[in-house]
Amino acid sequence: MPTTTSISNWGNYPKLEAIVNSFKSIKELKYLLKTNNNFIARGNGRCYGDSSLHSHILSTTKYNNILAFDSTKGLITCQAGVSFDELIHFLVPKGFFLPVTPGTKFITVGGAVASDIHGKNHHQDGSFGRHIVVMDVLIAAGEVVTCSNQINSELFNATCGGMGLTGIILQVTFSLKRISSYEIDQVSIKAHNLEEVFKLFEEYKNATYSVAWIDCLQSGESLGRSILMVGEHSDNIQRNKFRSERKFSIPFNFPSWVLNKWSIKIFNFLFYHKLIKKKVRSRVSLDQFFYPLDFIGRWNKMYGKNGFVQYQFVLPLVQSKEGLKKILTAIGNSGSGSFLAVLKLFGEQDSGLISFPMKGYTLALDFPMRKGLFEFLDKLDALVLEHGGRIYLTKDARMKKEIFWDSYQRAKEFEKVVLHYNPNLNFRSSQSDRLAITKL
Amino acid sequence: MTALLFGATSDIAIALAKCLAKNKYNLQLAGRDMEVMTGLKSNIEIQQQVRVSIYEFDAEKFDGHAAWYDQLLPKPDIVILVFGYLGNHQKALEDWKESKRILDTNYVGAVSILNIVANDFANRKQGVIVGISSVAGNRGRMSNYLYGSAKAGLTAYLSGLRNRLYHSGVHVLTVMPGFVRTQMTEGLKLPPLVTAEPDQVAQKIVNAIAGKRNTLYVLPIWRLIMLVIRNIPEFIFKKLKL
Repeated sequence: MPTTTSISNWGNYPKLEAIVNSFKSIKELKYLLKTNNNFIARGNGRCYGDSSLHSHILSTTKYNNILAFDSTKGLITCQAGVSFDELIHFLVPKGFFLPVTPGTKFITVGGAVASDIHGKNHHQDGSFGRHIVVMDVLIAAGEVVTCSNQINSELFNATCGGMGLTGIILQVTFSLKRISSYEIDQVSIKAHNLEEVFKLFEEYKNATYSVAWIDCLQSGESLGRSILMVGEHSDNIQRNKFRSERKFSIPFNFPSWVLNKWSIKIFNFLFYHKLIKKKVRSRVSLDQFFYPLDFIGRWNKMYGKNGFVQYQFVLPLVQSKEGLKKILTAIGNSGSGSFLAVLKLFGEQDSGLISFPMKGYTLALDFPMRKGLFEFLDKLDALVLEHGGRIYLTKDARMKKEIFWDSYQRAKEFEKVVLHYNPNLNFRSSQSDRLAITKL
Repeated sequence: MTALLFGATSDIAIALAKCLAKNKYNLQLAGRDMEVMTGLKSNIEIQQQVRVSIYEFDAEKFDGHAAWYDQLLPKPDIVILVFGYLGNHQKALEDWKESKRILDTNYVGAVSILNIVANDFANRKQGVIVGISSVAGNRGRMSNYLYGSAKAGLTAYLSGLRNRLYHSGVHVLTVMPGFVRTQMTEGLKLPPLVTAEPDQVAQKIVNAIAGKRNTLYVLPIWRLIMLVIRNIPEFIFKKLKL
């Protein structure tokens, strides 16, 4: 009899018992699909909540071959389970980089598509889906369907950011970014408050990469105190070999009292004042620039065994300032913000039906699991909704279904496409059940 | 240098193929699932500058083994036998077909193809043969003695082969992986301290080949565990539920 495993994603919440099966070929996958009625695909489990959890999980991690690489066109084809980490090791020495990358390289290509991930270059390059040339999806009927912006585009647009509900993403061909260095020329600029950081984002809108780390525990005049970091791929000639290493790993769950209002205040104080000058230029490695948290393996254990929730929302540009002020004030008053929150100005929305990014400001922050947290987040949800924003499904573990349906304008359209390719709702997650995208 | 892997679609074999390719071996992959091997071939050829050839091979089709090996060009310098079939022990007790499959894959099939390889290597007076056996073969236990007895046979075979081929300058390595986190053990609750990852197994095997080791326990703790298990007196052992 198949045995179940206790499984959770990066936020360590929720945990559930699931049967996990991997596959190495389409043949094996089709065989597995006959063993049950409902499945969700899962890669490296780096989404935060319950997006890739269900009673029966199909792990893509062994379906992980790079199938083709074209250095003249700058294209790569890989199976869904290939990790960004492996791709970086392969691509960077050849003068290429990922077109879009999130803040961790330990995700898979399939996850990148299902979440339609965004990175520090969203204002320039959009989300991951924009760079996909073509991909194959195994739909519920057991058939492999090739889709792109041109062919089967409704499946394509429902799969980019579609949280795995259209089928199993098998392989993806996407275009790469050419680079001439392993390093990033970075400029860090202090902003005293929200007004200032908004101005800075505007001022640096032509930078390739931009992101701000924001201190959520500030109020009044310094509400929104932050450091904007912008970066460009350096063009200095690289002599040494490309290396990327993990340095340190948190070996066990920290007790829950370690992170409190005061320890976080001290951390944020040090982080902000580490930058003595208003503006600092530096040259940093790709790892330092894109994946600072990957240096600390299993940093999620910092939040203790009860886990945490990451909360990321976006507000339309015209509503951003007012909305962020209200939300930051609410977070400041609650005193339960995370170490650092990340603020970013998104560019235009791409074609994914329930893809998260839209033109405007997005804020991401962690909340350690505690009593009353969900009630507090419900209040934040209401503020987000009031300002026309929405919440990133890849990080969500607790949103109420009404919030989803009211905030994702194309949700109905998405549901229709899902019902076409997944009519019996065989592909479903705890999240899609919770949000009633896949109605029980 | 060319390495031939039998059972090339298992997790240990895939890790071995990647590890050997990094060490610039050309690869010959032999297995049943061409779809898996085709993907693996692309992956390795794109990432490492080595040649990878893939061949359909079925351990249970003994009759074809000699012809299969004859057509192989070039002949390999290293042969690693990775295939194995854990099977369903309870089912096998009732069902001869399942029992036979366990014995045929793990023992008879292995002997059939290794006899052929051994003669070739003995003639050429060179080469390394690696067999993945199992600690399950060190002492029969009620929960898996069919698989265990086949692996016991394989261990004895490899030890005899090592003895014979030593005089021809051919080296034979027996590998005892212990628990490994693979598709074969998916869903089983394995104790983390005595469980190895496929990459770790592969790296240790490649090192053991270079170091001409005779028997490799991937995690040394297994040598100790099996020493204890082997030394429990039979009148006690038979009463245990292992």
